[in-house]
Amino acid sequence: MALAVFGVLATLLLVGALTVVLHPDSVYSALALIGVMALLAVVFVTLEAHLIAALQIIVYAGAIMVLFLFVIMLIGRPGSGGPFASSRILWAASGLGAGGLAIGVGTMVAKSALAPPEAGRPEFGTTTAVARELFTTYLLPFELTSVLLLIAVVGAVVLAKGRPRA
Amino acid sequence: MVPTGYYVILAAALFAVGALGVLIRRNLIVIFMAIELMLNAVNLAFVAFARQLGSSDGHVFVLFVMTVAAAEAAVGLAIIIAVVRNRESIFADQNALLRW
Amino acid sequence: METTADSIVRWIVIWPLLGVLGNLLIPRRSFVRLWAPAMVGLAFVTALVAVWRLWMLPPGAVLVDHVYRWMAVGNLHVNVDLSVDALSAVMVLVVTGVGCLIHVYSTGYMAEDRDVARYFTYLNLFTLSMLLLVLADNLPLLFVGWEGVGLCSYLLIGFWYEKTENASAGKKAFVVNRIGDACFLLGLFALFWGLGAQGTWTVAFRDIEASAAGLSPGLATVICLLLFAGATGKSAQLPLYVWLPDAMAGPTPVSALIHAATMVTAGVYLVARLHFLYAMAPVALEVVAIVGAATALLAATIAVAQTDIKRVLAYSTVSQLGYMFIACGVGAYASAIFHLMTHAFFKALLFLGAGSVIHGMGGEQDLRRMGGLQVRMPTTFVTMLAGCLAIAGVPPFAGFFSKDQILLRAYEWHPALWLAGVLGAGLTAYYMFRMFFLTFTGPSRATASVREHIHESPPSMRLPLVALAALAVVGGLVGLPEHWLWGDAFGAFLAPVLAGGHGGAAGAHSTGMGPGAAHGHAPEALLMLASVAAAGAGIGAAYLLYIRRPAERARLRARFPGLEQLLSHAYYVDELYEALIVRPVAALAGFAARVLDPRVIDACVNGLAQLTAALGGGWRRLQTGNVQHYALSLLLGAAAIVAYYAVP
Repeated sequence: MALAVFGVLATLLLVGALTVVLHPDSVYSALALIGVMALLAVVFVTLEAHLIAALQIIVYAGAIMVLFLFVIMLIGRPGSGGPFASSRILWAASGLGAGGLAIGVGTMVAKSALAPPEAGRPEFGTTTAVARELFTTYLLPFELTSVLLLIAVVGAVVLAKGRPRA
Repeated sequence: MVPTGYYVILAAALFAVGALGVLIRRNLIVIFMAIELMLNAVNLAFVAFARQLGSSDGHVFVLFVMTVAAAEAAVGLAIIIAVVRNRESIFADQNALLRW
Repeated sequence: METTADSIVRWIVIWPLLGVLGNLLIPRRSFVRLWAPAMVGLAFVTALVAVWRLWMLPPGAVLVDHVYRWMAVGNLHVNVDLSVDALSAVMVLVVTGVGCLIHVYSTGYMAEDRDVARYFTYLNLFTLSMLLLVLADNLPLLFVGWEGVGLCSYLLIGFWYEKTENASAGKKAFVVNRIGDACFLLGLFALFWGLGAQGTWTVAFRDIEASAAGLSPGLATVICLLLFAGATGKSAQLPLYVWLPDAMAGPTPVSALIHAATMVTAGVYLVARLHFLYAMAPVALEVVAIVGAATALLAATIAVAQTDIKRVLAYSTVSQLGYMFIACGVGAYASAIFHLMTHAFFKALLFLGAGSVIHGMGGEQDLRRMGGLQVRMPTTFVTMLAGCLAIAGVPPFAGFFSKDQILLRAYEWHPALWLAGVLGAGLTAYYMFRMFFLTFTGPSRATASVREHIHESPPSMRLPLVALAALAVVGGLVGLPEHWLWGDAFGAFLAPVLAGGHGGAAGAHSTGMGPGAAHGHAPEALLMLASVAAAGAGIGAAYLLYIRRPAERARLRARFPGLEQLLSHAYYVDELYEALIVRPVAALAGFAARVLDPRVIDACVNGLAQLTAALGGGWRRLQTGNVQHYALSLLLGAAAIVAYYAVP
């Protein structure tokens, strides 16, 4: 049963990802990406990562992708040339690289024998569990991340502001 | 229960698709979206291993990835706006200035 | 030989060194014309003291002065050691004595020259080098002096360098000498190596003498021939004599000192010094004798047809040096040194006299435009006459005794050698008196303006002429034939150093017995008569052709057409060398400069640079500026790493 669910989700995810990458229109790509993120949130739920699933929807699909759509609309439709790179060699090399990577990882996974998952604490995946780790073991990165966000905000404003009209 | 390996392979596949997108699309925003796809694939892998090991460290990592991705998206899109405003072109191969 | 340490020896060398420094620091005419001769004079006095001290010691003694340690590398120890034995005593007295007289002469001759300071600096430097050469106690130090005199010769020949011919003559001298020097060095290396092979690593003369017996005759022959090749360069023998006639481009006192009395005798000194080595290589001695005889005869024939007064003397020097090598070749080393000494006296005299003539005639050197100087230049006339009589071998002048010793020993070796020597003597007498008659007798053939200004030379020039004339007259009396008065005192003095080098004794020798030895005890008196007759014939012929019946010359010219031209062009040897050696070498050099250097050597270096640039030009195409390309390389790298772990 769980396997079937996984299979469906996996198929949909791959279709969505390919749409993101292969669709000529960037708005369709953005929408496909929103779909991928939503599906990933579902996958997270199946992996008992409830907080993460929620955050995935709120942050990623809700905020970041909206930002993407804003920028796409702001910039408008692109000019000449076509959406894909023209060089055949580039296509071939990219396919080789990406495919090789995926196949390599897949082979490694297939060869390794993973034990059945350990059963975590009962509160695994909840806010409590994550918060406990976040504010004790990973406190410093947490603080640094807040600084990072501040920098990002300032940077984005400065970069996107453009020249002041005299 | 679905074996953890399946999730990892799925994550690898998503990562590969994202990498492909980075390389063959010309539109800067679509390239960026492919990068986001790669980040999400990584998140999937982290969450899968978090369940495998029964520890919340993986979740914390995912949190950080999301945060940094958000910051990166904000700054990156601001850069794209600035580039397009100044050079009138949204394509990566037309913005190749640091060449020989 | 017992050695005695005596630090006075170094002073013989230090005085000329101070001379050089003084002339460099205070290059004023008023200073150098006093300082330079004074230093050489002091060197002469010091040499006298040193020789007197040597004389007081038992025969066979040596004064040794260890100055400092020069090289100590592995088995090779070379020190700056100076020594005075009988042989170097003679040489040092000749060099300083004649040198001092020529320095005095130069103060008069070069009085109006602009570069007097440079001249005396070079002259003192030459004296220093020559003294180093004769006082050296080991071969490398001798070679230092050898090279030094070569350098000074080059500097002084090209003294008036503004004229290209003078500079070229200097270059020619240096280059030809270089060939000899290369052979010298090879001989030195072979000797060192040969001695080292038997365990004795040395280059000092006394040590070499002690251990030379261990060398194989073949190696000894090779060494001797190589060293003799060096000597042919320095002492202007066949085939490396061609630089000496051209060297007459230098000031006349230079010709007198360097190219007559001292530097050119260095080769003879070298062979005499290493006589024990030559004793082991009879083949080498034969070569020396034959080369000497051939040179003596050849140069004499050339001198017969020369029209420049200095060139006659130059070829005469080459010829007389040939006699010295004949003496060495037959084992009569003391006779060679005896002739070296008397030759120094009369040749320096002749050159200085020629300088006086040139000076008095305002620069004229062509014999055809001289004549009648007898009245206007009496001192020069008398002293030159003495010199000519000495070189012609007229008794009792100096040249007679020394040349006679050589001819006697040559006869014992092989009559053919003696015959060559006598012919040469006859020719010598002829061309010397031809020169004398053309210069001093008959009506003056000079232009009117020159004729007006003919004057005798100043005292500074006349004094050395008189001194040398006196020596040319009495200098031979130290080496009388065996049963006359005190006999060969000179040979006796040198005997401890040059064992077996007696002149006049006709007994058995361990060396130098050539193919004609079967004749045994030679009829001495007869030979002496023959050589005097040859001299007389030569003088008589000159008298006939140039004073009594000058018209005969035109008839001879008609009978032997082309002979005069052949001789006056010195058998076209220079042209031959030019075509066979100089042109090919120059062509090779040109090829190397125009093709090898830019296209091969530069090409290698430039090619390396171009290769680097090309590689760089290729690699930089990776910098496309397109970020996606960079991302691709990242991806491929990551895929490779994963593949590496996934595959095994």
